[in-house]
Amino acid sequence: MNLSGVLEIVRLTDVGQRRDHNEDAVASDLETGLVVLADGMGGYKAGEVASEIAVLTLVSELRENALKLPGGEVDEDSGLLREGLILRDAVTKANSAIYNVSQSQPQCAGMGTTLVAAVFANDRVCVGHIGDSRMYRLRGEELSQITEDHSLLNEQLKSGLITPEQARISNNKNLVTRALGVDPTVELELHEYEVQPGDIYLLCSDGLSDLVENEEIQLTLSALSANLELAAHQLVQMANDNGGKDNISVILARPLQPFPAKNGWRDKLTGWFR
Amino acid sequence: MAKLILTLDGAFVGEHDLDKELLTIGRRPNNDVHIDNLAVSGNHAVVRTIGNDSFLEDLDSTNGTIVNGKPIKKHILQHGDIIELGKYQLKYVSEAAVNAAAIGGSAEDFEKTMIIRPTAVQPAAPPPNAPAPTAPAASQTTTTAQEALQQKAPSPVQEEAPVGHIQVLNGPGAGRELVLNKALTTLGKPGIQVAVITRRPHGYFVTHVEGTSHPVVNGQSVGAQAHELKDHDVLELAGVKMEFFLSKG
Repeated sequence: MNLSGVLEIVRLTDVGQRRDHNEDAVASDLETGLVVLADGMGGYKAGEVASEIAVLTLVSELRENALKLPGGEVDEDSGLLREGLILRDAVTKANSAIYNVSQSQPQCAGMGTTLVAAVFANDRVCVGHIGDSRMYRLRGEELSQITEDHSLLNEQLKSGLITPEQARISNNKNLVTRALGVDPTVELELHEYEVQPGDIYLLCSDGLSDLVENEEIQLTLSALSANLELAAHQLVQMANDNGGKDNISVILARPLQPFPAKNGWRDKLTGWFR
Repeated sequence: MAKLILTLDGAFVGEHDLDKELLTIGRRPNNDVHIDNLAVSGNHAVVRTIGNDSFLEDLDSTNGTIVNGKPIKKHILQHGDIIELGKYQLKYVSEAAVNAAAIGGSAEDFEKTMIIRPTAVQPAAPPPNAPAPTAPAASQTTTTAQEALQQKAPSPVQEEAPVGHIQVLNGPGAGRELVLNKALTTLGKPGIQVAVITRRPHGYFVTHVEGTSHPVVNGQSVGAQAHELKDHDVLELAGVKMEFFLSKG
């Protein structure tokens, strides 16, 4: 649904201090309520090809399929917003597109990308992710990590093999267990959350989350909430000051007011009589 | 790939690649690292390697396992760690850190995001220019490894710079002091004028956050850009004058 004037969005991507090119890609589209961030991987420039394909495919698929809907409708089978299902289909297409290029172009063999994408509609947000790019939410003063990394480290943490203290000094931070475009099919992890005006959503690549502690992210977002542009620059700067060993990308999105679907009352009514 | 270098009183005894999931250490001959010393238990400790990480676990040995002078039960090995077993020492050398030191750069290629598959490795998996997690440059000679050990592994710069303070010079809060010990501190009145002072490795910077007027330093408006603060600069914000100064601790 068209969220111009409702959703405030700031995007920023930076090459960092050590890399000579930027393999991250970011995009947003107010008309479809989409924000998307991808962190490409693969030799030479293949990583940026993969992340670019991912981001462009999502934006165009959402525009193609979501704009013609009234917006904010719930799919009866899954209970999810239709926008979420469109996002899932778009990710399937992006996966095939990247995979096909990597199979046909030798210089792109093995390329892939992480992905985190969110679609805002009907006072909710659908969040899909693959790999270790993350979404956080600042609500009031509290920062929560919304996505759970698909990474070896996170699996070790969840199964209790290592402690959070050990995870901080691990050398396995770069190993993801799921990526877009490396296999013929991929599973998008998709969840839906209710949104409150004033929430700040942060999408970021691991160039930020590996180098800036959650407490510092929390401090930055809450102290600089009056100026999201500055908050984004501050986050990137902190990652660079801490070494900037990878590309750093952030998207900040803040709903300024409620955005219920126009047919919201009808959904509720049919819901009662079902 | 990482390895363990075994020494006795500083003399080289042997080296062991951490190329399998489990490496055993002990006095019994069936151990991968066999140390014939009475201070070492029959089955003393194991090293489990997962991806680029190696975990050292003590197997309830009689004399315990000491890493860098401290007894441990389970420890995630870091480049340069020294494991003490009786009179013997095992030094942990991480390939990534060695390569980084050898080329004088960072362990960049090792930090590139890569996919790890739970199933068998597929031929298309590793990107052509990025090394697979365990494969690269296994042919490091011992001399390079030991030379590299002299250098420190890259670590974030820890500054011991003086800490910035703000003292209010006028108005009801005159004399009040604020220590700028956080990454960022906001000053001013929300909705009217707010600025942030950020603490960075090379100094303190003031930046405009919100409001129609911009911060004034030493009588000059600094605009919307970040402005580096010097010792004893006078900062003016929403009518309040403050002095910025640096002091130890």
